[in-house]
Amino acid sequence: MSESNETSGRHADVDIAGVDTVVAEAAAPERDIAVKVGDDLVEVKNLTMRFGGLLALDDISFTIKRGEILGLIGPNGAGKTTCFNAMTGVYKPTSGQVLLEGRVLNGVKQHKITRAGLARTFQNIRLFGEMTALENVVVGLDARHKTSVIGALLRLPRHTREEKSAIERGMALLEFVGIADQAATLSRHLPYGSQRRLEIARALATDPKVLCLDEPAAGFNPAEKEELMQLIRTIRDDGYTVLLIEHDMKLVMGVTDRIVVLEFGKKIADNVPSVIREDPKVISAYLGEPEDDFA
Amino acid sequence: MSMVDGPTPLHTAKADQAAEDREAVGTPPGSSAAVRRKGWFGGLGEKWQELPRQKQWAVLIIVVVLAYLLPVINPPLISTEPGNDFPLACQTMAVWALVAVGLNVVIGYAGLLDLGYIAFFAVGSYVAAMLTSPDSTFLKIPYLWTIPVAMAVTMFFGVLLGVPTLRLRGDYLAIVTLGFGEIVRILATIIPAMKGQVGFQNLGHPPGLDAHGVPIFANSNGTPWYWLTLTILIIVLLLAGNLERSRVGRNWIAIREDEDAAETMGVPTFKYKVWAFAIGAGIGGMSGALMSGQVGFVNNQKFDVVTSVLFVAAVVLGGAGNKVGAILGGALVAYIPLRFTAIADYKYLIFGLALCLIMIFRSHGLLAARQQLLAYGRHAYNEVKARTDAKSAKAKAAPGKEASL
Repeated sequence: MSESNETSGRHADVDIAGVDTVVAEAAAPERDIAVKVGDDLVEVKNLTMRFGGLLALDDISFTIKRGEILGLIGPNGAGKTTCFNAMTGVYKPTSGQVLLEGRVLNGVKQHKITRAGLARTFQNIRLFGEMTALENVVVGLDARHKTSVIGALLRLPRHTREEKSAIERGMALLEFVGIADQAATLSRHLPYGSQRRLEIARALATDPKVLCLDEPAAGFNPAEKEELMQLIRTIRDDGYTVLLIEHDMKLVMGVTDRIVVLEFGKKIADNVPSVIREDPKVISAYLGEPEDDFA
Repeated sequence: MSMVDGPTPLHTAKADQAAEDREAVGTPPGSSAAVRRKGWFGGLGEKWQELPRQKQWAVLIIVVVLAYLLPVINPPLISTEPGNDFPLACQTMAVWALVAVGLNVVIGYAGLLDLGYIAFFAVGSYVAAMLTSPDSTFLKIPYLWTIPVAMAVTMFFGVLLGVPTLRLRGDYLAIVTLGFGEIVRILATIIPAMKGQVGFQNLGHPPGLDAHGVPIFANSNGTPWYWLTLTILIIVLLLAGNLERSRVGRNWIAIREDEDAAETMGVPTFKYKVWAFAIGAGIGGMSGALMSGQVGFVNNQKFDVVTSVLFVAAVVLGGAGNKVGAILGGALVAYIPLRFTAIADYKYLIFGLALCLIMIFRSHGLLAARQQLLAYGRHAYNEVKARTDAKSAKAKAAPGKEASL
């Protein structure tokens, strides 16, 4: 875990103490995952998504291995977010399957997909503006809670227990992403960078097996982007599996273990970053056909 | 309140400490203006949150005792007499407050615009009437039992309406509920057992005779009815508070804020919307039973759309999302026409204007307080506050470091 300590030191300007191992421990996922580290946790099989005449996703297949950071990249309009939405149940795929630990997610309701262990953030921040940062995170934690309406009404023991543990774990998660000082601030009053981090904390709160981040660094300057990438690494080191959509290819190269490249709804490459970097198809998708002085 | 404010100071912080801090750190530009803008009821909600628990209880007990004594004291300026009997006016206000608290669950918490809330009020009234009035052919039960029965029946109707319609959002839901309000009224007219305009007379009342052998809960004796309604109102408030500071309240507010994001965060949105509808309906049914019990007569004339809109006006006026605000709104909407009888005929004009003004100047209602959504949040927030205090003290000591914070 030495790397995690080192990386956490880098966003120490948000929290002087940095993310210490105690916090990392408290924020770590709490449940058993049936798949071993390195095996396929999520399988996307022949996923096709059609909107009327538009073929947004064309027969996409890839896997996410437990414990890795998988990058999903592609130029604007390549179908990255559509792929996300089809995986997390926002869209119903035209054909194909998404499997989590071998369990088919097609047709499962969104909130059940989240409970099954696939959590996501949004490209355009969608926090609950009238709630404090801590409350936002606790909503995520509630995905694992079992208090019923009657239990809450009469303040039964389980409610008390869950409320207390939620505060502790919620604060630990805020600490983990580096915004614990702003726990009591309404989320719409938070600075932009903190909002992005809060979105990640809220998604982590659902105790996901796979954390899907949709352009978490959008609107960040290079320094902030670098900090965020460190956070994502820390999250992975803490035992989460991460699917990262990112637009900025240079950035994604540094943080991911493997990259899937989409263009016009088709998968054009799936490999480790060093190979992707040299792949002529990927280069032409991003830069157009290479010119002499560019390549 | 806070839609336009700058960063909100921590709610649980002690007031003086917070003020000190703001001076020390330098106030963010928005917040001082925001404090001023809050006006009359100003940071009341925040000040309230900053009070220690014991003081809160002390204030609450005084308020509750005063509330119970209200019809007995009959304060001169506030009194609705000679135009209207004051204890009866109190009862009406309490019933409206209860209605507003119930509707607040639906509109204020879950953000579902229900324009047909009168339907649930009507169902509750009819349950009380048909189970106690000698005019009805149904089996008779003691009046007090009709209150839970009315609640159960209206909750059932809430679910019945909610399950097919809560897939709709926003304006569409409002229109469907508006229709439902009318359906109940029209059913009361055309179903023979519900006796249309003839209605039901001599509804039951709670037992008990006074020294003269007159029932304590006579139709004209407002005070005991008011006490009964107020007691129920307080119980409902406590339970609503429990819901607010729990998973249920958080899920409702999450749905109100962003339904899609809530669903993605694992909130079973549909289920919780139905719950909000059912709980709101149950409270509406109870208030209907209480109102009709006191009046002693129910027919199809009182349950029109306009009253339904007044219910919504009461919630919005008081502050949607805040149960105390809803009580204030409900009581005011009932009180004003009773107190100022000369202008009672123009009440819709006045409430309309008042709503316009509220929307312009206090878009979150008279008493807009943010919901407290964590049962044990106080402690955590205090800790955060203590830490940031320590940090800003450190920054003060070493001014060079402040920039990096």
